Amino acid sequence: MAARPPLPAALRRLAGWTKTAAADAGGRVALGAAGPDGVLGGGIVRAALHEIHAERTADIATAAGFAVALALRAAHPSTPDAGARRPILWVRQDFLDVETGGIHPPGLAELGLDPGRVLLVRARDAGGVLRAAAEGARCTALAAVLIQPWGAPRTLDLTATRRLSLAAATSGVPVLLLRAAAEPAPSAAATRWTVRAEPSRALDANAPGYPVFEVRLVRHRGGVAEQQWRLEWDRDRGCFHDRTGLDRSGHAGLAPLSRPVVPLPADRSGSPRGGEAAGFRRAG
Amino acid sequence: MVETVRSALRLTAVDPAAARLGLAPGLTLADARARIPDLAVVDADPAADERFLDRLAGLCDRWTPLVALDPPHGLALDITGCAHLFGGEAALRDAACARLAGLGLAVRASIAGTPDSARAQARFGRTALVAPGRDADAARRLPVAALELPGEVTTALSRAGLKTLADLAGRPSTALAARFGEALPRRLDRVLGREDRRITPLRPLPACLVERHFPEPLVRADGIEAVLAILIAEAATLLERRGAGGRVFEARLFRTDGAVRRLAVETGRPSRDRAAILRLFRERLESLADPIDPGFGFDTIRLAVPVAEPLAAAAPDLDGRAVEREAVADLVDRLATRLGRDRVLRFVAGDSHHPDREAALVPAMGPAPPGQVGWRPAEPDEPPARPLQLFDPPQPIETLAEVPDGPPIRFRWRRVLHQVARAEGPERIAPEWWRDGSDEPTRDYYRVEDAEGRRFWVFRQGLYGQDTPPRWFLHGLFA
Repeated sequence: MAARPPLPAALRRLAGWTKTAAADAGGRVALGAAGPDGVLGGGIVRAALHEIHAERTADIATAAGFAVALALRAAHPSTPDAGARRPILWVRQDFLDVETGGIHPPGLAELGLDPGRVLLVRARDAGGVLRAAAEGARCTALAAVLIQPWGAPRTLDLTATRRLSLAAATSGVPVLLLRAAAEPAPSAAATRWTVRAEPSRALDANAPGYPVFEVRLVRHRGGVAEQQWRLEWDRDRGCFHDRTGLDRSGHAGLAPLSRPVVPLPADRSGSPRGGEAAGFRRAG
Repeated sequence: MVETVRSALRLTAVDPAAARLGLAPGLTLADARARIPDLAVVDADPAADERFLDRLAGLCDRWTPLVALDPPHGLALDITGCAHLFGGEAALRDAACARLAGLGLAVRASIAGTPDSARAQARFGRTALVAPGRDADAARRLPVAALELPGEVTTALSRAGLKTLADLAGRPSTALAARFGEALPRRLDRVLGREDRRITPLRPLPACLVERHFPEPLVRADGIEAVLAILIAEAATLLERRGAGGRVFEARLFRTDGAVRRLAVETGRPSRDRAAILRLFRERLESLADPIDPGFGFDTIRLAVPVAEPLAAAAPDLDGRAVEREAVADLVDRLATRLGRDRVLRFVAGDSHHPDREAALVPAMGPAPPGQVGWRPAEPDEPPARPLQLFDPPQPIETLAEVPDGPPIRFRWRRVLHQVARAEGPERIAPEWWRDGSDEPTRDYYRVEDAEGRRFWVFRQGLYGQDTPPRWFLHGLFA
């Protein structure tokens, strides 16, 4: 009898996933962009489950990029209790490798995440994904847990998400549930985002620019209304920039980023002359 | 049993009844049938015999960890220091014979000072138990056939009037070697116990081994777990005393009917953490594809640590990073136990510029492979040059390019047409001729973005103006 925790504590623990009480325990993960951070009261709750949906199946890579960026934000040195060198656990279902390609570590490095920090777990089915994720979400020594099942498996129901949410609240590790080819269903996640690729701001010579995500906050446990932002990921500073005001061509308000331009002679051995032949951009 | 030997079906083994009728191994089947028309024959299956013997060896593991196969159809058990655990040598022999006979086998067993002496006694003698130091005396009564020399040597010996080993034992070995060959004195020394040969056990001796025998067989699953907990604690104490930690822990459950079940867990680094190891065993028990069937119960449970490595007592460092690393390593162990070692992975950089070989996945357990090259740092103030997801193999696409050497203006992938809005390239990635050979065409990579904002990594394989027209592929997806 003596070993049982006092009732108020037990109640508080039970209430952890319904109230925002857990929010204050683990702090918040700021996105670094003024728009969403202002609306969310300083960022998303760290010790919680967040759901990220790819709007269409073709947006999986974009949604994965957004999730990686969020995980990086969670481990950003500017946030308290960051643990910048902690590993990130990424649990993936095997089928994704066929459908959308495997994770390419140099691509992680290009987003700012050292691939050596990623612990990749490959599970055969959604059940395996959830079991491994539950195990990982309980481990306090991780920077973030990324869970990527395929489709809408029956095992991923309200109970499963509640379990993950509780584990995250206990360990203080952000758990990001990355979903594709799935209709939004009831879940215990603190926020739900829908992510879509958006044209980037062109660099010189009409080259594709930094990754731009069209993110829509569909659901928020704290009651924030649905809202939409266009966020650009800045790997060098490790933060998002709010580009919501820009039109799709990316030219409103801001000029294209200026940068040194090198003409490229046919034999590729010329020295930089600057600006005469703006048809090429230094690459690689 | 019959087998084709020298292009004829010959008997390879006969049962006692057939032996009484005068049949012997080596006889052709035709001759045997002529003598006894209703002879029952079976095809010999040496592979199955070997498998069966191997299973028997696993069963005999319960008496000593040093079990060796003794071809063609014997087992050698080194029971040095084990016999007293089973009530002495005679009791151990009786127990072994009874158990094997219970499987329907005809067993002949002898205990002697050296493996060869015991083998000769079992196969040719009558002595069940040779007293210590009396190997030579006991062997003197054996026939010369007990030396198991080639047939012509045995024949030559008996023609010379040498019937038993006693006739040979007193003679100078040089004379015997000169007359009957070098092998004879050596075999003689071994069978007489003058020379000891080490047996090679089937399984290497573990670094640490603890076990429990039960007078009443154990049938309940929670009982098994409780016993494992005790054994783990004992093994951990032993390891601690040696300053070592186990990398592999192996439990063997011996069922009363002779079946042996093996469970092994592995840790990423040396460990003697009782709770962690027990948790791994629990994971293993839960994730078994075919659950443990106690049947009539287990009468012996053994825990072995086949692989142990030095492990100093942990000294906590100041920032608590060591604790975190431990926690992550524990997590890796648990996941690997549950899902399999090859499913918990980490990336290592490959020493190559070829996208397919730029990185590799290795099991996250254990130390990093040596000769690590670092990851190529991202170019500052540049958008990602490599995609987040890569297809293996690259996916063929249909393209339409404005100019032959330029990027595509539209392409069709998975039946969807993409209009290219922005593009950059080419970035030429030459094949690695030292790996692929010189026929591999070069690839020109483009980063393209379609009208909807999705970013792709496409490449053109081959060059225009060559025999085969170039082909386009989609290799990766950017974030």
